[in-house]
This record gives sequence, C-alpha cells and structure tokens, in this order.
Amino acid sequence: MPHDHHDHDHPHALLPPDPALRVKALETILTRKGLIDPAALDEILDTYQNRIGPQNGADVVARAWSDPAFRDALLKDATAVVADLGYYGRQGEHIEVVENTPDTHNMVVCTLCSCYPWPLLGIPPGWYKSDAYRARAVREPRRVLADFGVTLPDTTAVRVWDSTAEVRYLVLPMRPAGSDGMDRAALAGLVTRDSMIGTGLPRSPE
Amino acid sequence: MNGTPEPVFDEPWHAQLFALTVHLNESGRFDWPGWAARFSKTLAAHGLNRDLDGGDDYFLAWLETLETLLAEDGTADPQDVAGTRDAWERAYLKTPHGAPVCLDG
Repeated sequence: MPHDHHDHDHPHALLPPDPALRVKALETILTRKGLIDPAALDEILDTYQNRIGPQNGADVVARAWSDPAFRDALLKDATAVVADLGYYGRQGEHIEVVENTPDTHNMVVCTLCSCYPWPLLGIPPGWYKSDAYRARAVREPRRVLADFGVTLPDTTAVRVWDSTAEVRYLVLPMRPAGSDGMDRAALAGLVTRDSMIGTGLPRSPE
Repeated sequence: MNGTPEPVFDEPWHAQLFALTVHLNESGRFDWPGWAARFSKTLAAHGLNRDLDGGDDYFLAWLETLETLLAEDGTADPQDVAGTRDAWERAYLKTPHGAPVCLDG
C-alpha cells in the first residue's frame, strides 16, 4: 500500500487505485456526452452479480438428465432451448452443448480471450481467464484435468473445445451413479460450475 | 451451489468496467466479436513477457482495450480521460472520509 488510508492526518475519502479512477473518468465523459444511462449500467451490474450464474446451467443440465426429449433438443439446438427457459443475452447468442460419455470427456477453453456462456454460467472464474489455463488446456488437457483433481480412464478420449465470440460451449456432464429417483432440483444440486466447463465432475449423491 | 458464493468480481472497478463495456456494446457502439478480437490482441501483447493470472492484469488489458477503442473512434480523447481521472483523484483527496465524492462542474 503506497498510502495509509486510515491515517488520521489524512481524513479524506479512500482513494481508489489508478485503474478505478480511469474507469470513473470514462464513465464521466460518456455520461456527459449522453452515451450511457446510469440506470442501465446498474441493471447490468445487478444482472451479472446477482441473477446470472452457474445455477442457470445446472438447471439446464438437470433437465437434460431427467428428460430425454429435452436432452435431444438441447444437443440439437441449445441456443433456442435455453432461450426458451429465459437464459439468453450477451455471450449467449450461439451456445452449443457437448455431451460427456464413457468414451469422450469434453473440456472448454477460450484460447484467445475468455469467451464463456454468460447466461448459463455467469462471469468466468479467474483461472479460466489465466494464460496458464488458456495455453495448457489445448496442449496438455489431461494434466490440467489432473490439477483439478479429475482422473479419467485411459479409454476415455479428451476433447477440447475452443470458445469464440461466435460459439460458446457448455459441457453436459454424465449423470452420476446413484442419482436414480432424484428430482430435478436435487439433481441440479449435484451440478458444479467446473463440471459444465469440463474441468470437474458432478458431485456424487450423499 | 452450496456454501457462500464466491464474489463474481474481485474488485468494484472490474465490475464497473465490465458493465460499462457491455452497456456500450448493447447500445450499439461496437459489436462483440469486434470487441473480442481487439481484447484478444491486447491480452496477447500483455502476455508476451509474463503469464497473466486472469485477475487484475486481465481487467487492466480490458481497460486499455476500451480506452484505445474510445480514443480511436473519437468518443473519449485520451487527454480528456487523463484530465478527468486527475479531477477524480483531487475530488477523493479533498472529500472528508465518509462523505460522497463528487466532481466539480
């Protein structure tokens, strides 16, 4: 810390870091020019901080696990199916769902930046945006999976999907053994964020 | 989805910057694939000398991309941005702790 903000000799407001001031400057200039609407900004913040998150994707996965017709439709045209559920918006224009099977495990990365299905998973975690993950996911996916604690049988192929600004992928994980008879809400509780990126597996039922 | 949720953004300015960019995109200032292409280039340039960890460095690259884009299309002149940034800094430094911080004029 370059400056002791709690020093009583300097009883001014807490000075935000340089980039925060630069963001405020852009906001001020754009607001003065009438190019942004502060209420719309607040609405976007509220949406992404509070209303959109992996619970949306988990709901989609739980439906696919419990309804074969839904699963088929989802694999055929995910964009339309999830939009029908109300999960659409920025970075959700074209979503593809890739299904894990005993033969193939799918894993998603964005090698160029951090494209991600926001309406289904929210804002990506830091590691998804890191150079390390973006570089290694393609080069050595099994090692990356091992770092996440996922070990797959040698007979399972790993397929890596590179998300772009045009197409974003969601992994449909395999339904865990022992989950027979669970209702949709309980199934959704087994679905983790990482299992829908492909760097994790769903939880096992208690 | 058990336990305490992780914060979506690590820093308030990450969230503000994100919302500002999405808002400008939604109001038609630029399209998202064009934005992603520019942002990818900045990230690649920043990552040449060291590995980016996906936190502050990620959003610093994002901010630089947005500043450059708005400078190029004439929306926000860099000198104007620098001057307004300094005005905000002065406003923070002269506002008593706890009071709302406002820009003059």
